[in-house]
Amino acid sequence: MSEILVGLISGFIFGLGLCLSGLADPSVVQSFLDIAGAWNPALLFVMGAGLTVTLTGYRLVFGRGRPLWSPRFNLPTSTAIDTPLISGAVIFGVGWGLAGYCPGPALVSLASGRMEVFVFVAAMVTGMIAVRWMRASPAALPTGLGQS
Amino acid sequence: MHPFLSAVIGGILIGFSVVLLMFLSGRIAGISGIVGGLLPPKLADDWRLRLAFIAGLLLSPLILKAIAGFNGIGAPTVGFAILIPAGFLIGAGSALGNGCTSGHGICGLARLSPRSAVATVTFMAAAVVTVFVMRHVI
Repeated sequence: MSEILVGLISGFIFGLGLCLSGLADPSVVQSFLDIAGAWNPALLFVMGAGLTVTLTGYRLVFGRGRPLWSPRFNLPTSTAIDTPLISGAVIFGVGWGLAGYCPGPALVSLASGRMEVFVFVAAMVTGMIAVRWMRASPAALPTGLGQS
Repeated sequence: MHPFLSAVIGGILIGFSVVLLMFLSGRIAGISGIVGGLLPPKLADDWRLRLAFIAGLLLSPLILKAIAGFNGIGAPTVGFAILIPAGFLIGAGSALGNGCTSGHGICGLARLSPRSAVATVTFMAAAVVTVFVMRHVI
């Protein structure tokens, strides 16, 4: 029960933040990325504020030693800077630039009821499933992409 | 509200949510990771938390709209011919690179993870180059 409450509340606050941040508007995102054009720095403020809160908050939270309602922190263990990380980031960045949506804002934008957003999210989920399947059977992947 | 002020408030809310999730359940608030754990081939053990997070995320613009009269959602800037491949790319790329703007760009950087720093710089650069090519080359 507490799991559902934690998810709902944190997801809700995260979504509110996305709505206010400008990230749910692809034209704002793309003009932030357009450093050679009419550059709009607004998203720097989102990242700056978000990182300041998270840096401070994480420090306090990790200082407690364990989360309030869970026996331990569940953190990524991989430290490798490898091919999947870099190629994934490049692929992700190209998609982000093309459409101006990253995963959170795309989900939030479903509320507009626009067919384009539903199709975008369907394509995104398909991409995630495709990679998850390939990683579950590494033989299907080119050398080096199966790890991490 | 000035767009920069609203951006700061948005960033604070995102940061607060990320910290809250870590404080209460010890988890990273990375959207692609949260969604990924609900997809085949394997449903994550903590699927209830993930599903509830997505539900909260989906509800937020509806409630904001009902209370404040706006929700900040803009119109797509490109048509289906770009949206479909772009959607596939952000899905595949975030799954392959183990994170997106939130997981690497906020949570990972705040944990001072070198992996996330490399990923963030890389996807930012790729996105800037992509927009440059779209707007100034083609």
